[in-house]
Amino acid sequence: MVKQIQTDVVIIGGGVIGTLAARELSRYKLDVWLVEKDAEVGWGATKANSGIVHAGFHDKPGSEKAKYCVEGNALYPELCDELDVSFEQNGILMVARSPEEIPVLEQYRAQGQKNGVPGLRIVYQDELRELEPNLSASTTAALLAPTGGTVAPFELAAAAMENAVDNGVQLLAESPVEAIQREDDGFIVMTPNGNLKTRFIVNAAGLHSDTIARLFNDTSFTITPRKGEEYLFDKSIRVVNHTIFPVPNAVSKGILVIPTSEGNVMIGPTGDNVDARDDMTTTQDGFKRIFDSVHELVPSLSPSGIITQFAGVRAASDRGDFVIDYSPVSKQIVHLAGIESPGLTAAPAIALQCAALLKEAGLDLVPDPTFCGRRRPVVRFHRLPRTEQAALIEHNPSFGKIVCRCETVTEAEIVDAIQRGARTIDGVKFRVRAGAGRCQGGFCQPLVMQILSRELGIPLTAVTKRGGGSEQVLYQAKELVGRQTRENIIS
Amino acid sequence: MKTLSADVLVIGGGPAGLSAALAAKQKGAKRVAILERNEELGGILQQCIHHGFGIHRFREELTGPEYAQRFIDELASSGIDVYLETMVLELTDKRVVYAINKDHGMLCFEAGAVVLAMGCRERTRGALRIPGHRPAGVMTAGAAQRFVNIEGYVPGQRVVILGSGDIGLIMARRFTLEGAAVEAVVEVLPYAAGLTRNVVQCLHDFDIPLHLSATVVEIHGRDRVEAVTIADVDAAWKPVPRTERTIPCDTLLLSVGLIPENELSVQAGIELDPITNGPLIDHTLMTSLPGVFACGNVLHVHDLVDFVSEEAETAGTNAAAWTDAQATQSRRIITVKAGESVRYVLPQYVSPEKTAKLYMRVTQPETNVTINIGGLFSLKQKSVRPSEMIQVKLTPKVLSRLDSDSLTVAVEREVENVG
Repeated sequence: MVKQIQTDVVIIGGGVIGTLAARELSRYKLDVWLVEKDAEVGWGATKANSGIVHAGFHDKPGSEKAKYCVEGNALYPELCDELDVSFEQNGILMVARSPEEIPVLEQYRAQGQKNGVPGLRIVYQDELRELEPNLSASTTAALLAPTGGTVAPFELAAAAMENAVDNGVQLLAESPVEAIQREDDGFIVMTPNGNLKTRFIVNAAGLHSDTIARLFNDTSFTITPRKGEEYLFDKSIRVVNHTIFPVPNAVSKGILVIPTSEGNVMIGPTGDNVDARDDMTTTQDGFKRIFDSVHELVPSLSPSGIITQFAGVRAASDRGDFVIDYSPVSKQIVHLAGIESPGLTAAPAIALQCAALLKEAGLDLVPDPTFCGRRRPVVRFHRLPRTEQAALIEHNPSFGKIVCRCETVTEAEIVDAIQRGARTIDGVKFRVRAGAGRCQGGFCQPLVMQILSRELGIPLTAVTKRGGGSEQVLYQAKELVGRQTRENIIS
Repeated sequence: MKTLSADVLVIGGGPAGLSAALAAKQKGAKRVAILERNEELGGILQQCIHHGFGIHRFREELTGPEYAQRFIDELASSGIDVYLETMVLELTDKRVVYAINKDHGMLCFEAGAVVLAMGCRERTRGALRIPGHRPAGVMTAGAAQRFVNIEGYVPGQRVVILGSGDIGLIMARRFTLEGAAVEAVVEVLPYAAGLTRNVVQCLHDFDIPLHLSATVVEIHGRDRVEAVTIADVDAAWKPVPRTERTIPCDTLLLSVGLIPENELSVQAGIELDPITNGPLIDHTLMTSLPGVFACGNVLHVHDLVDFVSEEAETAGTNAAAWTDAQATQSRRIITVKAGESVRYVLPQYVSPEKTAKLYMRVTQPETNVTINIGGLFSLKQKSVRPSEMIQVKLTPKVLSRLDSDSLTVAVEREVENVG
């Protein structure tokens, strides 16, 4: 419990935007706090994201989206190297499903070139078949964007937060902001876990960024939640090498076939405006639309290979573009809001802009000589050669205990994830993939829960899927016996 | 890295692996080893604390752990090497097995013969694509069984079970005995998927409602399950509009099928049967990779462990007798095919000179049918059910009457003699 802390910057929201901003600010001699409503960072729009690092040909020249997307894309290889995050620059192919769509590819190539996207070219028949043998025979040409890639978005947010914390940023989790009070020289940000007195606020609250803005009477933008469903295939199914886009329609980039940076194939997303910001439901209708669309691109994909599905909600702003600017209320408040696609790609560039805006508003950015941008490397046991695996076990026997058999995740990796900040079953799953494979935790979940219980010193009944209220086992054996019958529960 | 050799290397120490290893040893294999990923032998039997195991084999009703213990006791004095908490990472097409554990680190086994006995896993929510939220409290029946029987925790107090497979039925009773209320068991088929005795003893005896031809169409609750909506389905398993009803609950268990765990087999290049999801085998239970045998639930999902033990003994016996020389022998092969109303028949290949046992399942429950074994002979059955495996012995004498290279097994209906 924090009583009242004096600080330089409070970042509200620990998505990929907030965490990368925090990591950027941790380069400087500043007191920075990040407040997050959930138990861990990266659980909003970040988590259920397609994970595409866009090349930047989709967005209108001159838009914030186009600018930050192309800049962000260029920052990715080095950023993911420093933070040791899964990233594959596998390239993007926007596919023409009929000869009539070929001129559209040319329009996007021209638009991309205007945006400064390097290496764009259109590939035809033979070359396209060679690049992607499983594409439908009706596809005759595609726009190839070699700088496009895929990243594990949750991993990126968690890694950025971890690196920021290592460089002095404080994380206040499970702390939804309830009120913001004006002070002479700043604000007091109030949360159930304490109040933070700060000179500057960065509003990176994603879906709730307009709600946060209203707390200081800023009505300059509104967020419309737009849901996207995604369906994930077993790793044994590898049908594409590039991320496959159709030619977009008026409202969305369309439904994609994505070879994820972790080695699965994922299809989606839908793009449906929804009433509730927490509507993360998947639907029969969503599945049908995704599958019908994908079937036109890759006919051999069969629903029988699907291992899980999920949905996320995008934070689309009423401006139709990113809101990366000072609040009209005060230059001491910077909005990083309305970050829908290509927000993940843009995030590293937005973080730089965030620092620049704060500096212009009067925050002294004095480089901290102790800053280290390189995260302690993560061991991914399953990717290592046998000799290295053998050496690891010799050094630390808990590498010899496989907990998740589907993804070959060791006990040592899970313990490490908890030491790096995982607090929940999902937090472990998203960091090290225990439970992310074909059995979806059927075998390893009880083991992961035991490790969480042991490492965090909490009972098994307090181990949650994703924070308070999502406990997975509710009672001790025999606790219910004699306590109730079906009749008196119902009545 | 430590390199070891074994005449017969058994992957998996559940009921199949135990029987295979014991049989191999008894048939004279010198060095037999079992690699088991869990802390103890016995596999999933250890969490099956209900009784009903061993009726065929031991003529008595044992619990799962008791059944397993009979084999574990026998193993103690057998000279079989047991590696616990040992995970196999890879099986190569040269029968080299890489495995790890905490004590020995990386182990490399060069095996004469290999017996695959890795068992199966449960089908998940994701594979069914049940719409709705993704809260805590949705789990497979087997995971719940582990929580209750091994860990000592009860996941929730109001339970809906999707699927009437045996584990689901057993867990309906188990939750009831733990003081939880099982609100409904929901089955997409027009009949219960599990064994009849489990329907009677686990549902009827406890007044637990069974909803046939129905499924879960939505899961409610953002953090923890709050309710599920179920609906009737048509013959194509599509939900029927306006039949939806919502059942408040805090837990949804899934008992919707088992999938043989053949990732290692596939990695080694072993061919699988798309229906059983297990390896294609011959009458010796040998897979398409010479010297590699398969038995138990990794081969096809069984209903009774007694038959797993029996099948595994065949695999272990043949593994012990196998030599490299056999790999190059050519011989006449008869292909066994599933015909009308037969879901699958194992083995897929038999030899005309050898006795083979056929294992088969029908596609739907029926009464008074005849099972025609390739025109060689017929088997009258009063009642057949997909949940109950049918076994038939084929002898060389019978097979000698076959003048084809294939044999089709089919269900034939008797014409009802009315009056």
